[in-house]
Formats: sequence, structure tokens, C-alpha cells
Amino acid sequence: MTNNQYFDLLMWARTTGFDIALTIMVGGILLRVIEIVVLGRKKDFAKAKGSPVTQGIKTIFSRSVPRKGTMKEAPVTYIGGYIFHIGFFVAFLFLGAHIALIKDLIGLSWPDFNKAVIETAVALAIVAAAALAYTRFTDPVRRRLTGWSDWFVLIVSVLPLITGYIAVNKVFGVDGTLWMAIHILSAELLMVSFPFTKLMHAVTFAMARYYNGSIQGRKGAES
Amino acid sequence: MAQKPMLPELLKAHGVSRRGFLKYCASLTSLMALPPMLAPKVAHALENAPRPSVIWLSFQECTGCTEAITRSSAPTIEDLIFNAISLDYHHTLQAASGHAAEAAREAAMKDHWGEYLLIVDGSIPVDNPEYSCIAGISNLDMLKETAEGAAAIVAVGTCAAFGGIPHAFPNPTGAQAVGDIITDKPIINVPGCPPIPIVMTSVLAHFLTFGLPELDDLGRPKAFFGETIHDRCYRRPFYDKGLFAEAFDDEGAREGWCLYKLGCKGPTTRSVCATVKWNDGTSFPIQSGHPCLGCTEPDFWDNGGFYKPLSAPAGNYRQLGLAAAAGGVALGVAGGALSKATKSRAAKAHETVDAHDLEKKS
Repeated sequence: MTNNQYFDLLMWARTTGFDIALTIMVGGILLRVIEIVVLGRKKDFAKAKGSPVTQGIKTIFSRSVPRKGTMKEAPVTYIGGYIFHIGFFVAFLFLGAHIALIKDLIGLSWPDFNKAVIETAVALAIVAAAALAYTRFTDPVRRRLTGWSDWFVLIVSVLPLITGYIAVNKVFGVDGTLWMAIHILSAELLMVSFPFTKLMHAVTFAMARYYNGSIQGRKGAES
Repeated sequence: MAQKPMLPELLKAHGVSRRGFLKYCASLTSLMALPPMLAPKVAHALENAPRPSVIWLSFQECTGCTEAITRSSAPTIEDLIFNAISLDYHHTLQAASGHAAEAAREAAMKDHWGEYLLIVDGSIPVDNPEYSCIAGISNLDMLKETAEGAAAIVAVGTCAAFGGIPHAFPNPTGAQAVGDIITDKPIINVPGCPPIPIVMTSVLAHFLTFGLPELDDLGRPKAFFGETIHDRCYRRPFYDKGLFAEAFDDEGAREGWCLYKLGCKGPTTRSVCATVKWNDGTSFPIQSGHPCLGCTEPDFWDNGGFYKPLSAPAGNYRQLGLAAAAGGVALGVAGGALSKATKSRAAKAHETVDAHDLEKKS
């Protein structure tokens, strides 16, 4: 049968592949968040002084700025971490094709960024990820702390950036349709691994920070 | 038809100047991605073309391909080139019909066995060949029979090249492309719904002058199907700037911004629409404000909807997403409850130990 196999792969990624990825991601995130919430805490019979709730909410935001001295201790982690996160979200949230996808999913849309801005953000994010991987590999302490799933997460989160850049610019004269398919599949790999790896921090960071903050904000003994 | 005058006389009769003809040959040459120095060769070859016999078979089709080539604007040089070949059989264009027409086909086949060019538009029903018959002969039989003595086959239009609309889901007739049935002859696929007229005639001109053109993986001439519409689109700068039409009547649409979000298939569609254009270079779908449907690609009818952006999912994710949400919540509650139960069991089973007990044990 005469067929464009690349387009068939793209269609699989847009249909079955996306369905599977979204199901696993949505189901997985809810499973993990609900599980944590259901686990709960023991009822505290001692009336708290201070303001644990306010402090908890404050901490969600205040921990976005690293503690003093981090810049000196780990400058690559500090700067690279910021650049990677900002670059990733600029590309994810402001490329026209992605906004079209989000609009299709939830009905919301906003203005697009110029391709030059997005590509600069992507290039910087890729370089930052490479630098983060490099320090992780060369620093003996961090290397020992890094398991296979951490390397996996690092690769899986950079892959959509690399494949997207190749697909849009047809780097090395690649087939645009094939690389669009590969790009979507790489994003789907990210979606599938999201709930079951440290990528889950994108959701649980708020819960963890709130919890820590509320402990700090509480004054007095806990029953 | 065999007594028809050669091309120079025809051109003269239709008031086409020699300059006009040479200009046409030059544009054909550049369109076919041939070196400019070959333009005189193209002109010479067309003037002295041996007028090969051409048999045009129309199967499951809408006649749009024939309409496009004959009515692009009259009289076109494309039209005259068609007159220059010996079109010995064409259902739509010939006066004869039924058995008389079939007799003409058989005569042409017999006279030019192994030399004639076979042009096919339309797909072939294979599940039940009787769905489409001409003079009692099924399309399948007619194709097999006529292809046997052909020098080469040109599958004109997406139906003949890839199955096209008849092949669209659920494909009730079991429609197949020419290339799915005939495997032992050189086949040039010229897809499009319809193909651009000058592309059709250029392919014929190439065949007459230099033989088979260079083809891509889908059997399409690389000269016309080598680049995507997106890469050659005059609206591409708007895509790069992030300026999109979001609806057919919004400001973006009026300003002529990129149609990606309205489902344009330009990024995945290979054709020269954006450069050669239609109706003597007047316009093409995107210029007229409509997204590209991707009609030169296989299965374009089933590729996720004409108005869905290429980046948007095209499956049943909504239902599945809801099921996943419900399933995730249920499993989360169950998992949490299980952990809680384990915790309280552990708390109950916890033995208290004091210093005396420890001393006793040691």
C-alpha cells in the first residue's frame, strides 16, 4: 500500500500515542497526589500559636529563591537550573503550535512569542541542561547521589527541546514530518514518565514547601 | 486523432507566438529543476515529439483532474501540449462511448503495444470490482489489461496515486491506488486534488524529452514534490513571528497571517502550490485564505480533520482523560487507605519496650 510512513507515525503520535500518554499522566498524577493527601496527618489537639497556614503559603513562593550562599557553593546548579526551567516553559507555553494544542485541550489561549525568542530560550535551556549534567557527572558527591532514574529524567526532559528544535528548523536536512512525529513522541515519553519519577516535583513541590513552611510557622508544642 | 497537426502548427493556429512557446519551455525547464541550458532541448523535443499514443483511463474519480487540465484557462499551452500527444482514448473527452470507445482503446493498444503512455485518474475498487465498470469491463480488469502494453504509467490525481477520497475510511469499495495493483511498470505519481495543471503537463513533457523523472519514496517527481508548502509559503514570516489567524473572520485572517491554527497542513505537505500557484500563477488555497488540506499526501482525508491544527491531538483523549482522572482518584484513595491501614496495623503491633525488658533480653 502506497503510504507516507512518517505521516502515519505522526498520526499515531497524535491519536493513540497521545491518548495513552495523557491517560497515564492524568491518572498517575491524581493517584500520587490523592494518595499523599489521604495519608493525612494526625489531628493536632494543641492549639497552634503563630500562623502555620500563612507561612506555608509564603514558603511555596519564597523557596523559589535559593538560600544565601548557593551561588557560591553551586553556581552551575543555581544559574543552569533557572535557565533550564525558564527556557523549557517559554518554549512549552509560548510556541504557536503548543498554544494551539493547549487551546484544543482546555480552551484557553494567549499571544504567541516570536520564533527567534523561543529558539534562543530552547538553545539556552539545552546548554544549561548539558552544564547541569556535566557538574552532576564531575562532582563526586552529586555523582554518587545520582541514580539511573535521575539520568533518565534529565534526558527525557531535554529530548523534547532537542527534537522540537530539529523538527522546526529541519536541522541536517531531516524530514520535517518524521521529526514532528519524533518530537511529539518524545513529549509523550515525558508525559508517561512524569508521575512515576522525580518529574513529579512539578506538582508536589507546592505540597512539600507548604508542609515545611507550615511547620516553621507553627509555634508551640504539637500533641 | 492520428492525423492531427504537429505542435508548431497548432500553436500558430491558436495565436501563440514562438516567443510565448519558448517562454513556456523555459518555465517548464526551471519547474522541472533542470539546468536552464536545457530549455532549447525541451522546446526542440516538444516540437519534434514523436506524438506518443496516450491512453487515459478514468476510474473512481470526480473528473476534477481532467477539468483542471482542460479548463485552467483556454487556450493554454498546456492544453496544446495535450493536443500534441496522440490522446487515443479518454472517456470524458472523446466523442465515442461504450463499445465503440473500447474498440478505439483496443486499436490504440494493438498499434502501439509496449510504447504507449497510460494515464490513470481515479482509484480502483478491488473488494468488488463491479462497483465501477466501463462497457461491462471492471476497472480492475481494464487497468491490468491496458497496463500490460504500456511503456509507463502516470497516476494523475491523489485517487490514482494513493487511493484518494474513495480510499478514505471506511473505504466501502476497497479502493486502491494504481501502484497497489500494478507493480511491474514504471509509475509516476502526480498527486493533488486536482494536481496543478502545469505540473501534469511538465511531467508529460519530461517524459517525452528526458524519460522518467527522478521520483521520491512515494513515486512523485522530486522536482514538484521535493519541498513542503510551509517552507515556500509567503505567509511563513507570520508563522515565525507567532502571528496566527485564530478564526476565519478575525483580525489575523484579514491581515493574512499564518493559518497553522486553523489546521493548515502546509508543514507536512509536499507540493509546489506556493510557488507555481494555480490559474496561471494567480493564487493558491492559502493565498485565498484557506488552510492547506494536504491533498498531495496519502490518506489526506483521514489525517485528523482539516481544521484541527497539526500539533493538536486527534484521538479520543477527552473520554480517556476523564476515565483516567476517575481511575487516578479511585486508585489514589485506595492507595492512601492501604498505606493508612498498614500504618495503623504497624502502630498496633508495636511492642513497647522499657529499660528492664532490654536488660532481660541481654
